Amino acid sequence: MSDVLFAAAKSCDPNTSHIFSGCPYPAPNIEDFIFKPIATVGGFEITKPMVLCVLAGAIVLTFFWFAFRKPKLVPKGAQNLGEMGILFVRDQILRPQLGKAGDRFLPYLVSLFFFIWIMNIMGIIPLIDFPSTSRIAYPLILALPVWITYVFLGMRHQGPIGYFKNMAVPAGAPWWILPLLSPIELFSNILVRPFTLTIRLFANMLSGHILLLVFGLASWYLFSASIGLLFSTASFVLTIILTLLEVLIQALQAFIFTTLAAFYFSDAMSAAH
Amino acid sequence: MLHLASSLPGQQPQNPLVPAWPELIIGFITFAIVFVALWKVLLPRATKMLAERSDAIEGGIERADAAQAEADATLAQYRAQLQEARHEAARMREEAREEGARIKAELRAEGEEQKRAIIESGNAQVRADRQQAFAALQAEVGALSVQLAGKIVGESLEDEARQRRIVDRFLADLESGSSAASGARASS
Repeated sequence: MSDVLFAAAKSCDPNTSHIFSGCPYPAPNIEDFIFKPIATVGGFEITKPMVLCVLAGAIVLTFFWFAFRKPKLVPKGAQNLGEMGILFVRDQILRPQLGKAGDRFLPYLVSLFFFIWIMNIMGIIPLIDFPSTSRIAYPLILALPVWITYVFLGMRHQGPIGYFKNMAVPAGAPWWILPLLSPIELFSNILVRPFTLTIRLFANMLSGHILLLVFGLASWYLFSASIGLLFSTASFVLTIILTLLEVLIQALQAFIFTTLAAFYFSDAMSAAH
Repeated sequence: MLHLASSLPGQQPQNPLVPAWPELIIGFITFAIVFVALWKVLLPRATKMLAERSDAIEGGIERADAAQAEADATLAQYRAQLQEARHEAARMREEAREEGARIKAELRAEGEEQKRAIIESGNAQVRADRQQAFAALQAEVGALSVQLAGKIVGESLEDEARQRRIVDRFLADLESGSSAASGARASS
Protein backbone atom coordinates (compact mmCIF):
# COMPACT_ATOMS: atom_id res chain seq x y z
CA MET A 1 0.00 0.00 0.00
CA SER A 2 2.70 2.42 0.92
CA ASP A 3 4.49 1.47 -2.25
CA VAL A 4 1.42 2.37 -4.25
CA LEU A 5 1.10 5.69 -2.48
CA PHE A 6 4.78 6.34 -2.90
CA ALA A 7 4.58 5.58 -6.61
CA ALA A 8 1.52 7.76 -6.96
CA ALA A 9 3.15 10.54 -5.01
CA LYS A 10 6.06 10.56 -7.38
CA SER A 11 3.84 11.50 -10.26
CA CYS A 12 1.63 13.80 -8.19
CA ASP A 13 1.72 17.56 -8.74
CA PRO A 14 0.76 19.27 -5.47
CA ASN A 15 -0.74 22.13 -7.42
CA THR A 16 -3.41 19.99 -9.05
CA SER A 17 -3.85 16.96 -6.80
CA HIS A 18 -7.03 16.60 -4.80
CA ILE A 19 -8.40 14.12 -2.27
CA PHE A 20 -9.42 10.67 -3.59
CA SER A 21 -7.11 11.09 -6.55
CA GLY A 22 -4.61 8.74 -5.00
CA CYS A 23 -2.23 11.53 -4.28
CA PRO A 24 -1.27 12.28 -0.65
CA TYR A 25 -1.89 15.57 1.10
CA PRO A 26 1.08 17.80 0.29
CA ALA A 27 1.76 18.72 3.90
CA PRO A 28 3.85 21.85 4.38
CA ASN A 29 7.24 21.39 5.96
CA ILE A 30 10.53 23.11 6.43
CA GLU A 31 11.33 22.70 2.74
CA ASP A 32 8.71 25.37 2.07
CA PHE A 33 11.08 27.85 3.63
CA ILE A 34 13.88 27.07 1.22
CA PHE A 35 13.75 28.96 -2.05
CA LYS A 36 15.38 28.52 -5.37
CA PRO A 37 17.40 31.55 -6.38
CA ILE A 38 15.42 33.93 -8.58
CA ALA A 39 18.57 35.27 -10.16
CA THR A 40 22.29 35.10 -9.70
CA VAL A 41 24.33 38.26 -9.72
CA GLY A 42 28.05 37.61 -9.83
CA GLY A 43 27.76 34.33 -7.94
CA PHE A 44 25.42 35.89 -5.39
CA GLU A 45 22.15 33.98 -5.37
CA ILE A 46 19.13 36.18 -4.89
CA THR A 47 16.12 34.50 -3.29
CA LYS A 48 12.56 35.58 -2.62
CA PRO A 49 13.10 36.37 1.10
CA MET A 50 15.98 38.67 0.18
CA VAL A 51 13.81 40.52 -2.32
CA LEU A 52 11.03 40.79 0.27
CA CYS A 53 13.47 42.05 2.88
CA VAL A 54 14.71 44.78 0.56
CA LEU A 55 11.13 45.53 -0.43
CA ALA A 56 10.18 45.89 3.24
CA GLY A 57 13.04 48.31 3.77
CA ALA A 58 11.99 50.25 0.68
CA ILE A 59 8.39 50.41 1.89
CA VAL A 60 9.40 51.72 5.31
CA LEU A 61 11.71 54.30 3.76
CA THR A 62 9.18 55.39 1.15
CA PHE A 63 6.45 55.72 3.72
CA PHE A 64 8.52 57.88 6.06
CA TRP A 65 9.88 59.81 3.13
CA PHE A 66 6.37 60.69 2.02
CA ALA A 67 5.33 61.42 5.58
CA PHE A 68 8.18 63.79 6.39
CA ARG A 69 9.24 65.06 2.99
CA LYS A 70 7.88 68.49 3.83
CA PRO A 71 6.56 68.30 7.38
CA LYS A 72 3.91 70.86 8.25
CA LEU A 73 2.91 72.28 11.58
CA VAL A 74 -0.63 71.13 10.91
CA PRO A 75 -0.19 67.56 9.67
CA LYS A 76 -2.12 66.03 6.80
CA GLY A 77 -2.45 62.58 5.30
CA ALA A 78 0.80 60.67 5.27
CA GLN A 79 2.40 62.96 7.83
CA ASN A 80 -0.45 62.27 10.22
CA LEU A 81 0.03 58.55 9.76
CA GLY A 82 3.81 58.80 10.10
CA GLU A 83 3.49 60.81 13.28
CA MET A 84 1.06 58.26 14.64
CA GLY A 85 3.61 55.53 13.94
CA ILE A 86 6.45 57.41 15.56
CA LEU A 87 4.39 58.44 18.55
CA PHE A 88 3.18 54.88 18.97
CA VAL A 89 6.74 53.60 19.19
CA ARG A 90 7.73 56.51 21.42
CA ASP A 91 4.81 56.39 23.85
CA GLN A 92 4.03 52.67 23.89
CA ILE A 93 7.50 51.15 23.59
CA LEU A 94 10.25 53.64 24.31
CA ARG A 95 8.92 55.85 27.10
CA PRO A 96 7.61 53.05 29.35
CA GLN A 97 11.05 51.42 29.33
CA LEU A 98 13.54 54.21 28.92
CA GLY A 99 11.66 57.34 29.91
CA LYS A 100 12.16 60.70 28.28
CA ALA A 101 15.94 60.40 28.40
CA GLY A 102 15.71 57.42 26.04
CA ASP A 103 14.42 59.52 23.16
CA ARG A 104 17.83 59.21 21.48
CA PHE A 105 16.97 55.56 20.80
CA LEU A 106 13.83 56.56 18.94
CA PRO A 107 15.23 56.24 15.39
CA TYR A 108 16.60 52.81 16.19
CA LEU A 109 13.39 51.52 17.73
CA VAL A 110 11.21 53.04 15.02
CA SER A 111 13.36 51.40 12.35
CA LEU A 112 13.25 48.07 14.17
CA PHE A 113 9.51 48.10 14.72
CA PHE A 114 8.45 49.10 11.24
CA PHE A 115 11.03 47.02 9.41
CA ILE A 116 10.06 43.89 11.32
CA TRP A 117 6.37 44.62 11.08
CA ILE A 118 6.42 45.14 7.33
CA MET A 119 8.48 41.97 6.82
CA ASN A 120 6.04 40.07 9.04
CA ILE A 121 2.95 41.43 7.35
CA MET A 122 4.15 40.17 4.00
CA GLY A 123 3.18 36.72 5.22
CA ILE A 124 -0.47 37.50 4.61
CA ILE A 125 -0.26 39.79 1.58
CA PRO A 126 -1.70 37.85 -1.39
CA LEU A 127 0.87 36.93 -4.06
CA ILE A 128 3.72 37.71 -1.66
CA ASP A 129 2.65 35.31 1.08
CA PHE A 130 5.94 35.01 2.85
CA PRO A 131 7.36 36.64 5.97
CA SER A 132 11.12 37.01 5.58
CA THR A 133 11.40 36.91 9.36
CA SER A 134 10.52 33.21 9.24
CA ARG A 135 14.06 32.67 7.99
CA ILE A 136 16.37 32.85 10.95
CA ALA A 137 18.98 35.06 9.30
CA TYR A 138 16.71 38.14 9.38
CA PRO A 139 15.72 38.03 13.06
CA LEU A 140 19.32 37.19 13.91
CA ILE A 141 20.82 40.10 12.02
CA LEU A 142 18.32 42.40 13.74
CA ALA A 143 18.95 40.93 17.19
CA LEU A 144 22.74 41.09 16.98
CA PRO A 145 23.00 44.90 16.89
CA VAL A 146 20.51 45.05 19.76
CA TRP A 147 22.74 42.71 21.74
CA ILE A 148 25.89 44.65 20.88
CA THR A 149 24.22 47.91 21.91
CA TYR A 150 23.01 46.26 25.10
CA VAL A 151 26.47 45.06 26.11
CA PHE A 152 28.07 48.33 25.05
CA LEU A 153 25.60 50.43 27.03
CA GLY A 154 26.06 48.20 30.06
CA MET A 155 29.81 48.54 30.01
CA ARG A 156 29.68 52.27 29.47
CA HIS A 157 27.19 52.96 32.24
CA GLN A 158 28.50 50.50 34.82
CA GLY A 159 32.13 50.10 33.80
CA PRO A 160 33.44 46.91 32.18
CA ILE A 161 34.05 45.19 35.51
CA GLY A 162 31.04 46.60 37.29
CA TYR A 163 28.92 45.47 34.41
CA PHE A 164 29.87 41.82 34.79
CA LYS A 165 29.83 42.09 38.55
CA ASN A 166 26.30 43.55 38.59
CA MET A 167 25.20 40.87 36.22
CA ALA A 168 26.80 37.96 38.05
CA VAL A 169 25.86 39.09 41.54
CA PRO A 170 22.15 39.77 41.77
CA ALA A 171 21.20 42.15 44.56
CA GLY A 172 20.14 40.43 47.75
CA ALA A 173 21.52 37.00 46.90
CA PRO A 174 23.35 35.31 49.82
CA TRP A 175 27.05 34.74 49.12
CA TRP A 176 26.92 30.94 49.32
CA ILE A 177 24.49 30.65 46.42
CA LEU A 178 26.64 32.76 44.11
CA PRO A 179 28.76 29.89 42.73
CA LEU A 180 25.53 28.38 41.50
CA LEU A 181 23.71 31.55 40.61
CA SER A 182 26.42 33.61 38.91
CA PRO A 183 27.02 31.30 35.92
CA ILE A 184 23.29 31.05 35.36
CA GLU A 185 22.83 34.81 35.55
CA LEU A 186 25.74 35.50 33.21
CA PHE A 187 24.57 32.85 30.80
CA SER A 188 20.98 34.09 30.87
CA ASN A 189 21.79 37.80 30.60
CA ILE A 190 24.58 37.70 28.07
CA LEU A 191 24.01 34.68 25.90
CA VAL A 192 20.36 33.73 26.15
CA ARG A 193 18.90 37.18 25.62
CA PRO A 194 19.94 37.75 22.01
CA PHE A 195 19.19 34.16 21.22
CA THR A 196 15.64 34.29 22.60
CA LEU A 197 15.08 37.59 20.86
CA THR A 198 15.94 35.89 17.57
CA ILE A 199 14.13 32.64 18.19
CA ARG A 200 10.93 34.25 19.44
CA LEU A 201 10.41 36.21 16.25
CA PHE A 202 11.69 33.51 13.95
CA ALA A 203 9.64 30.67 15.47
CA ASN A 204 6.45 32.67 15.64
CA MET A 205 6.66 33.66 12.02
CA LEU A 206 7.68 30.16 10.94
CA SER A 207 4.87 28.45 12.81
CA GLY A 208 2.33 31.03 11.69
CA HIS A 209 3.31 30.53 8.10
CA ILE A 210 3.14 26.75 8.41
CA LEU A 211 -0.27 27.01 10.05
CA LEU A 212 -1.63 29.08 7.19
CA LEU A 213 -0.06 26.68 4.70
CA VAL A 214 -1.64 23.66 6.38
CA PHE A 215 -5.15 24.99 6.06
CA GLY A 216 -4.60 26.81 2.80
CA LEU A 217 -3.26 23.70 1.12
CA ALA A 218 -5.97 21.60 2.74
CA SER A 219 -8.77 23.76 1.38
CA TRP A 220 -7.36 23.25 -2.07
CA TYR A 221 -6.50 19.56 -1.60
CA LEU A 222 -9.93 18.75 -0.16
CA PHE A 223 -11.73 20.71 -2.84
CA SER A 224 -13.60 18.14 -4.95
CA ALA A 225 -17.13 17.14 -5.79
CA SER A 226 -17.45 14.94 -2.72
CA ILE A 227 -17.74 15.05 1.04
CA GLY A 228 -14.35 16.72 0.77
CA LEU A 229 -16.12 19.96 -0.18
CA LEU A 230 -17.42 20.27 3.38
CA PHE A 231 -13.93 19.87 4.82
CA SER A 232 -12.57 22.17 2.18
CA THR A 233 -15.01 24.89 3.17
CA ALA A 234 -14.22 24.43 6.85
CA SER A 235 -10.54 24.59 6.05
CA PHE A 236 -11.01 27.74 4.04
CA VAL A 237 -12.94 29.46 6.83
CA LEU A 238 -10.23 28.43 9.25
CA THR A 239 -7.58 29.84 6.92
CA ILE A 240 -9.32 33.20 7.00
CA ILE A 241 -9.66 33.16 10.78
CA LEU A 242 -6.02 32.17 11.17
CA THR A 243 -5.00 34.91 8.77
CA LEU A 244 -6.70 37.42 11.05
CA LEU A 245 -4.88 35.86 13.98
CA GLU A 246 -1.63 36.20 12.06
CA VAL A 247 -2.26 39.90 11.53
CA LEU A 248 -2.37 40.24 15.29
CA ILE A 249 0.67 38.05 15.88
CA GLN A 250 2.73 39.82 13.25
CA ALA A 251 2.15 43.19 14.84
CA LEU A 252 2.58 41.70 18.31
CA GLN A 253 5.92 40.10 17.50
CA ALA A 254 7.27 43.32 16.04
CA PHE A 255 6.05 45.06 19.19
CA ILE A 256 7.62 42.48 21.50
CA PHE A 257 10.95 42.52 19.70
CA THR A 258 11.15 46.30 19.93
CA THR A 259 9.91 46.42 23.51
CA LEU A 260 12.48 43.86 24.60
CA ALA A 261 15.22 45.81 22.85
CA ALA A 262 14.13 48.91 24.76
CA PHE A 263 13.97 46.91 27.98
CA TYR A 264 17.49 45.55 27.49
CA PHE A 265 18.82 49.05 26.90
CA SER A 266 17.21 50.39 30.02
CA ASP A 267 18.39 47.34 31.95
CA ALA A 268 21.95 47.95 30.81
CA MET A 269 21.80 51.61 31.77
CA SER A 270 20.48 51.09 35.29
CA ALA A 271 23.36 50.02 37.49
CA ALA A 272 21.61 47.85 40.05
CA HIS A 273 19.62 44.82 39.03
CA MET B 1 8.87 16.59 1.10
CA LEU B 2 9.93 14.43 -1.72
CA HIS B 3 8.55 16.58 -4.44
CA LEU B 4 10.24 19.70 -3.10
CA ALA B 5 13.50 17.94 -2.45
CA SER B 6 13.48 16.55 -5.92
CA SER B 7 12.64 19.94 -7.35
CA LEU B 8 15.78 21.42 -5.88
CA PRO B 9 18.52 19.27 -7.24
CA GLY B 10 22.00 19.89 -6.01
CA GLN B 11 20.88 21.88 -2.94
CA GLN B 12 21.39 20.37 0.45
CA PRO B 13 18.32 20.54 2.73
CA GLN B 14 19.11 23.41 5.09
CA ASN B 15 18.87 23.40 8.84
CA PRO B 16 16.32 26.15 9.54
CA LEU B 17 18.28 27.22 12.61
CA VAL B 18 21.44 27.91 10.63
CA PRO B 19 21.39 31.37 9.06
CA ALA B 20 22.54 31.80 5.50
CA TRP B 21 25.32 34.33 5.00
CA PRO B 22 23.83 36.07 1.98
CA GLU B 23 20.64 36.71 3.88
CA LEU B 24 22.52 38.07 6.87
CA ILE B 25 24.35 40.47 4.58
CA ILE B 26 21.23 41.58 2.72
CA GLY B 27 19.28 41.94 5.96
CA PHE B 28 22.04 43.96 7.56
CA ILE B 29 22.50 46.29 4.63
CA THR B 30 18.77 46.89 4.24
CA PHE B 31 18.27 47.57 7.91
CA ALA B 32 21.34 49.78 8.03
CA ILE B 33 20.01 51.89 5.17
CA VAL B 34 16.57 52.19 6.76
CA PHE B 35 18.06 53.03 10.13
CA VAL B 36 20.53 55.62 8.89
CA ALA B 37 17.93 57.32 6.70
CA LEU B 38 15.47 57.52 9.58
CA TRP B 39 18.13 58.50 12.09
CA LYS B 40 19.90 61.17 10.08
CA VAL B 41 17.20 62.60 7.86
CA LEU B 42 13.60 61.68 8.43
CA LEU B 43 13.11 61.40 12.19
CA PRO B 44 14.94 64.63 13.03
CA ARG B 45 12.47 66.38 10.77
CA ALA B 46 9.57 64.60 12.44
CA THR B 47 10.73 65.24 16.00
CA LYS B 48 11.56 68.85 15.16
CA MET B 49 8.09 69.28 13.77
CA LEU B 50 6.54 67.64 16.84
CA ALA B 51 8.56 69.89 19.12
CA GLU B 52 7.57 72.96 17.11
CA ARG B 53 3.97 71.95 17.25
CA SER B 54 3.96 71.37 20.98
CA ASP B 55 5.74 74.72 21.33
CA ALA B 56 3.06 76.35 19.24
CA ILE B 57 0.31 74.72 21.25
CA GLU B 58 1.97 75.48 24.56
CA GLY B 59 2.68 79.01 23.37
CA GLY B 60 -0.97 79.40 22.45
CA ILE B 61 -2.00 78.11 25.84
CA GLU B 62 0.45 80.42 27.52
CA ARG B 63 -0.85 83.37 25.55
CA ALA B 64 -4.40 82.43 26.44
CA ASP B 65 -3.38 82.13 30.09
CA ALA B 66 -1.72 85.53 29.99
CA ALA B 67 -4.80 87.08 28.37
CA GLN B 68 -6.98 85.42 30.97
CA ALA B 69 -4.80 86.69 33.79
CA GLU B 70 -4.86 90.17 32.32
CA ALA B 71 -8.62 90.07 31.98
CA ASP B 72 -8.92 88.87 35.56
CA ALA B 73 -6.65 91.65 36.78
CA THR B 74 -8.61 94.26 34.83
CA LEU B 75 -11.88 92.92 36.16
CA ALA B 76 -10.53 93.00 39.71
CA GLN B 77 -9.33 96.54 39.12
CA TYR B 78 -12.73 97.59 37.78
CA ARG B 79 -14.46 95.97 40.70
CA ALA B 80 -12.14 97.79 43.09
CA GLN B 81 -12.78 101.06 41.31
CA LEU B 82 -16.50 100.48 41.36
CA GLN B 83 -16.35 99.67 45.04
CA GLU B 84 -14.35 102.80 45.65
CA ALA B 85 -16.79 104.86 43.62
CA ARG B 86 -19.66 103.43 45.63
CA HIS B 87 -17.87 104.26 48.87
CA GLU B 88 -17.14 107.71 47.55
CA ALA B 89 -20.76 108.22 46.55
CA ALA B 90 -21.96 106.99 49.91
CA ARG B 91 -19.47 109.20 51.67
CA MET B 92 -20.51 112.21 49.59
CA ARG B 93 -24.16 111.48 50.26
CA GLU B 94 -23.41 111.27 53.93
CA GLU B 95 -21.45 114.49 53.80
CA ALA B 96 -24.19 116.21 51.88
CA ARG B 97 -26.71 115.03 54.40
CA GLU B 98 -24.57 116.27 57.26
CA GLU B 99 -23.93 119.51 55.42
CA GLY B 100 -27.63 119.93 54.81
CA ALA B 101 -28.42 119.20 58.43
CA ARG B 102 -25.73 121.61 59.52
CA ILE B 103 -26.99 124.34 57.19
CA LYS B 104 -30.51 123.74 58.36
CA ALA B 105 -29.39 123.97 61.97
CA GLU B 106 -27.42 127.13 61.23
CA LEU B 107 -30.31 128.69 59.42
CA ARG B 108 -32.57 127.75 62.24
CA ALA B 109 -30.18 129.21 64.77
CA GLU B 110 -29.82 132.33 62.66
CA GLY B 111 -33.58 132.57 62.34
CA GLU B 112 -33.93 132.18 66.08
CA GLU B 113 -31.35 134.88 66.55
CA GLN B 114 -33.05 137.22 64.15
CA LYS B 115 -36.39 136.48 65.73
CA ARG B 116 -34.95 137.20 69.11
CA ALA B 117 -33.30 140.38 67.83
CA ILE B 118 -36.50 141.52 66.17
CA ILE B 119 -38.45 140.84 69.33
CA GLU B 120 -35.75 142.52 71.33
CA SER B 121 -35.70 145.59 69.14
CA GLY B 122 -39.49 145.64 69.13
CA ASN B 123 -39.47 145.51 72.87
CA ALA B 124 -36.89 148.28 73.03
CA GLN B 125 -38.90 150.34 70.59
CA VAL B 126 -42.00 149.83 72.65
CA ARG B 127 -40.12 150.79 75.80
CA ALA B 128 -38.64 153.87 74.16
CA ASP B 129 -42.01 154.89 72.75
CA ARG B 130 -43.50 154.44 76.13
CA GLN B 131 -40.72 156.52 77.66
CA GLN B 132 -41.21 159.13 75.06
CA ALA B 133 -44.95 159.12 75.55
CA PHE B 134 -44.37 159.47 79.30
CA ALA B 135 -42.08 162.40 78.79
CA ALA B 136 -44.52 164.08 76.43
CA LEU B 137 -47.42 163.37 78.68
CA GLN B 138 -45.51 164.54 81.76
CA ALA B 139 -45.51 168.17 80.64
CA GLU B 140 -48.93 168.08 79.11
CA VAL B 141 -50.60 166.35 82.05
CA GLY B 142 -48.88 168.84 84.41
CA ALA B 143 -50.21 171.86 82.44
CA LEU B 144 -53.64 170.28 82.12
CA SER B 145 -53.78 169.45 85.78
CA VAL B 146 -52.73 172.97 86.73
CA GLN B 147 -55.28 174.40 84.39
CA LEU B 148 -57.90 172.03 85.67
CA ALA B 149 -57.00 172.67 89.28
CA GLY B 150 -57.04 176.42 88.65
CA LYS B 151 -60.41 176.20 87.13
CA ILE B 152 -61.69 173.99 89.92
CA VAL B 153 -60.45 176.18 92.79
CA GLY B 154 -61.26 179.31 90.77
CA GLU B 155 -58.08 181.02 91.30
CA SER B 156 -54.67 181.00 89.69
CA LEU B 157 -51.80 179.71 91.61
CA GLU B 158 -49.41 182.54 91.16
CA ASP B 159 -46.67 181.18 93.20
CA GLU B 160 -44.35 179.45 90.80
CA ALA B 161 -42.66 177.34 93.42
CA ARG B 162 -45.86 176.12 94.96
CA GLN B 163 -47.24 175.33 91.54
CA ARG B 164 -44.19 173.19 90.68
CA ARG B 165 -44.37 171.31 93.96
CA ILE B 166 -48.03 170.49 93.46
CA VAL B 167 -47.31 169.25 89.89
CA ASP B 168 -44.39 167.13 91.03
CA ARG B 169 -46.39 165.51 93.80
CA PHE B 170 -49.19 164.75 91.43
CA LEU B 171 -46.82 163.23 88.87
CA ALA B 172 -45.14 161.09 91.51
CA ASP B 173 -48.53 159.75 92.52
CA LEU B 174 -49.41 159.15 88.92
CA GLU B 175 -46.17 157.37 88.20
CA SER B 176 -46.38 154.99 91.13
CA GLY B 177 -49.95 154.15 90.20
CA SER B 178 -49.11 153.58 86.51
CA SER B 179 -45.96 151.41 87.21
CA ALA B 180 -48.07 149.21 89.52
CA ALA B 181 -50.64 148.93 86.75
CA SER B 182 -48.01 148.12 84.01
CA GLY B 183 -46.41 145.45 86.29
CA ALA B 184 -49.80 143.83 86.67
CA ARG B 185 -50.20 143.89 82.85
CA ALA B 186 -46.84 142.23 82.21
CA SER B 187 -47.53 139.39 84.64
CA SER B 188 -50.80 138.64 82.97
